[in-house]
Amino acid sequence: MRLAEFKDHQRELYYFQLRIGIAGVFVLAAFSLLLLRLVYLQVVQYDYYHTKAEDNRISIVPIMPNRGLILDRSGTVLARNYSAYTLEISPGKVADLENTIDELAAIVEIRASDRTRFKRLMIEAKGADSLPIRTRLTDEEVAKFAVNRYRFAGVDIQARLFRQYPLNEMASHLVGYIGRINDRDVERIEEADLSANYKGTDHIGKTGLEQSYESELHGITGYEQVEVDSGGRGVRTLSRTSPTSGNNLVLTLDIKLQEVAEEAFGENRGALVAIEPSTGGILAFVSMPGFDPNLFVEGIDPASWDLLNTSLDRPMVNRALAGTYPPGSTFKPYMALAALELGKRTPQQTIHDPGFFQFGNHRFRDDKVGGHGTVDMYKSIVASCDTYYYMLGNDLGIDNIARFIGQFGFGAKTGIDVEGEATGVLPSQEWKRKRFRKPEQQKWYAGETISVGIGQGYNAYTPLQMAQAMATLANNGVMFRPHLVNYIENIRSGERTPVKPKVERAIALKAENVEFIKRALGGVNTEGTGARAFAKAEYTSAGKTGTAQVVAMKQNEKYDEKHVTERHRDHALFIAFAPLDSPKIALAVVVENAGFGARAAAPIARQVLDYYLLGKRIDKPAPEVPADDDDD
Amino acid sequence: MTMIRTLWLRFTDKIDTPLFALAFALLLLGIITLASAAHETPARVTGQAANILVALGMMWAVAQFQPQTLMRFALPAYALGLALLIAVALFGEVVNGARRWLNIGVTRIQPSEIMKIAMPLMLAWYFHKHEATLRLRDYLVASLLLAVPVLLIARQPDLGTALLVTAAGFYVIFLAGLAWKVLIGLALAGCASLPFLWSLMHDYQRRRILTLLDPTSDPLGAGYHIIQSIIAVGSGGLVGKGWLKGTQAHLEFIPERSTDFIFAVYSEEFGLIGNCLLLLLYLLLIARGLTIAANAPTFFARLLAGAVTLTFFTYVFVNMGMVSGILPVVGVPLPLVSFGGTALVTLFLGIGILMSIHRHRKLVQT
Repeated sequence: MRLAEFKDHQRELYYFQLRIGIAGVFVLAAFSLLLLRLVYLQVVQYDYYHTKAEDNRISIVPIMPNRGLILDRSGTVLARNYSAYTLEISPGKVADLENTIDELAAIVEIRASDRTRFKRLMIEAKGADSLPIRTRLTDEEVAKFAVNRYRFAGVDIQARLFRQYPLNEMASHLVGYIGRINDRDVERIEEADLSANYKGTDHIGKTGLEQSYESELHGITGYEQVEVDSGGRGVRTLSRTSPTSGNNLVLTLDIKLQEVAEEAFGENRGALVAIEPSTGGILAFVSMPGFDPNLFVEGIDPASWDLLNTSLDRPMVNRALAGTYPPGSTFKPYMALAALELGKRTPQQTIHDPGFFQFGNHRFRDDKVGGHGTVDMYKSIVASCDTYYYMLGNDLGIDNIARFIGQFGFGAKTGIDVEGEATGVLPSQEWKRKRFRKPEQQKWYAGETISVGIGQGYNAYTPLQMAQAMATLANNGVMFRPHLVNYIENIRSGERTPVKPKVERAIALKAENVEFIKRALGGVNTEGTGARAFAKAEYTSAGKTGTAQVVAMKQNEKYDEKHVTERHRDHALFIAFAPLDSPKIALAVVVENAGFGARAAAPIARQVLDYYLLGKRIDKPAPEVPADDDDD
Repeated sequence: MTMIRTLWLRFTDKIDTPLFALAFALLLLGIITLASAAHETPARVTGQAANILVALGMMWAVAQFQPQTLMRFALPAYALGLALLIAVALFGEVVNGARRWLNIGVTRIQPSEIMKIAMPLMLAWYFHKHEATLRLRDYLVASLLLAVPVLLIARQPDLGTALLVTAAGFYVIFLAGLAWKVLIGLALAGCASLPFLWSLMHDYQRRRILTLLDPTSDPLGAGYHIIQSIIAVGSGGLVGKGWLKGTQAHLEFIPERSTDFIFAVYSEEFGLIGNCLLLLLYLLLIARGLTIAANAPTFFARLLAGAVTLTFFTYVFVNMGMVSGILPVVGVPLPLVSFGGTALVTLFLGIGILMSIHRHRKLVQT
């Protein structure tokens, strides 16, 4: 019995020890598995996880370069930067955005408009690291947030440079503005392979010079290697590559002249472009009304945007660059020059003007009732005789007109250094074939040439083209490409890279013909349609008035300003250069729906020329001068 | 002099030197790692030192008992644990969405922790009582004794503790000689009931398992912790980044880095070599425990020592497996290394039991 018990005991112990042994083997197997896993992670996959840990640890923080300034020719600042604190949220690191903003609102003021703007930014700037919920924090607000910062992972204060346009609406179309980078900008940046340089950049030039000179203004982004914790907050800086500031743009523009021109427009809509004929440098570039570019920098609020966008005055349209207008009678000097050059007229040749030109069944009416009588070329320009040009147009034919006048840049982009230029329309048989689809519309009718002769019909040009043509004529046929930037200045080295005047073409013209036309244009301002506006001018000048129909008049209908709604009134135009012998400035003015060119546009030109040539300044809108009967 | 020597010998009489030396080495590694993991809250290090002193005191006290005395605690401890678990289910406080704590006026206690010791004690006692006449019925009773508290704990929910209590109970049943064919049958049945278990799980528990299978499926949510933890381990490499130099740890990428995920900190700073040392210490400690079990004089002592040792192993394996990404995330600390007093006390009670069994083996041999 005892033996059996003992044996049983032994057996029991044996079985127990067997199970302990099995458990031990299991423990060894489990530990081997762990060891294998650790060897796999720490040896086989070491490089991978090492990189991962470094990526975790080290954050490459881009340092934004200062954007270059934009200055006028004498150094007046048109676009600058200022530093301010912003409160920024990294949407990816915040779990409950609404709640976070609510809590932030308890510390710093966050208005409803800030919230809507932030939401808009979230949609527009997808993938942005951090977005501002509030800009321009006060020192007190900065301190308040700093105390509470620990409560807000993914929210931080940043010192940012803001773009500011100190002159507000002045030259707004020309300078343009920067705005938040959106999806389309990102695509463009990627296409240009500039993604690296735009890391950390939130803004990009959207219009005007800010857009066209983006690559000069932006600068080169610097980098800082920062050790960050899991909340993304910097712990210490490991290395730093400083950014290189963007280059300054120094313009050919004379901001005082710009100011004089803009003030001369008063409440009128329109455009003015003034060019230095010997270089193509733009001296003034006006599109009225303007807008405040500062509104766009941090995202425009929807209310202001609606106001700008729905306004009948269309302030966002750059009229000087993208507005196209029939040149009206300002077309005549080029027609006359074409006649001389192509041998279709001599200066002495006269016509009889009965007050109309009969073409088949159609009677093309002259502005002056009863006509100008006997008219030679000089008088045709000075008095702006329509009948002369109806006939001339008919004699030249549309393709001759298009070929000759096209040389002055009409109906072609000038290549100015801002984007958004309109092409305009220089009518020709070929143009009409391309423009229309139906065969009967594609055909050119001889009657259509007659309207083109006085700058009406299909003619449509930008004020910039008109100014460039005037400058080319003033410069005896040598055409410079218009440009806004005089030189680009490297801030660090002080090195200046000038934008060299580029001769676009030299039109082969006989000197005596050019001289004749110039003399006739001089006559306009001394004894013709521009004489009243240029009365007692202390310099010689050339000019030509123009009035462009907005709505076509019926054949026998007399245009009566009082009976036409304001928006359907004629546009007033004036082209000029001065002084007559050695032109320093050439310009084109369009005043929308202002009626006669002599009355509304010429006085603006007078103020601009007075200021530019004499330094005279009258700080009020140009007075309308009473119209003569033979004005147009 | 001799008196002091005698006192010291008396004092250390019941302390098993190899077991103590191994546990002490692990505590040392733990404190060193904690000093790095909790470098911003040094109070944790001193707090842990205090925990260690308390736990060592408990170990010493338990080691003084004879196993027979321990046996007497079995039923009361189990009954108390069960009663408290029921009380938790009825009146427990909810913290972080789990009902684990019971407020007993002066302090809050977590009764599930008691079961980690009470469960093997109870089952070992039960099997010991029926040693001569063990039948399948006894295993069924034991399984029931195991299942009731486990279900109560799992319902809290506290998956980690439920797992450890289950393991402790299962080891007793296994060592008590449950037939292999029953074991295999249970294993198969277990596999078959997986879908059913899945349906019982809480959402967050399911997510943890899904996350384990593919951590990248939720890199910012549940997967984030495990991804960062694995990065910490992997980036430690062969020799580690050095003490106090773990970037994942110090830049706060590792979650729970002084408690459940302290192994990630250790791995990052001491590398594979450090891990080998750690695994070796654990292995030796477990080997010592199993040896004690194999040489224990009574059925009760054997079962208890074996189960306590294997439970200790379960801690190690589950924790390291979780941190290195081969097991789902369950709240199991790395034994003797993780910060936390409760776990430390439980573990040293276990070590104390082992010492008691080892030192009293000759006294009861009949």
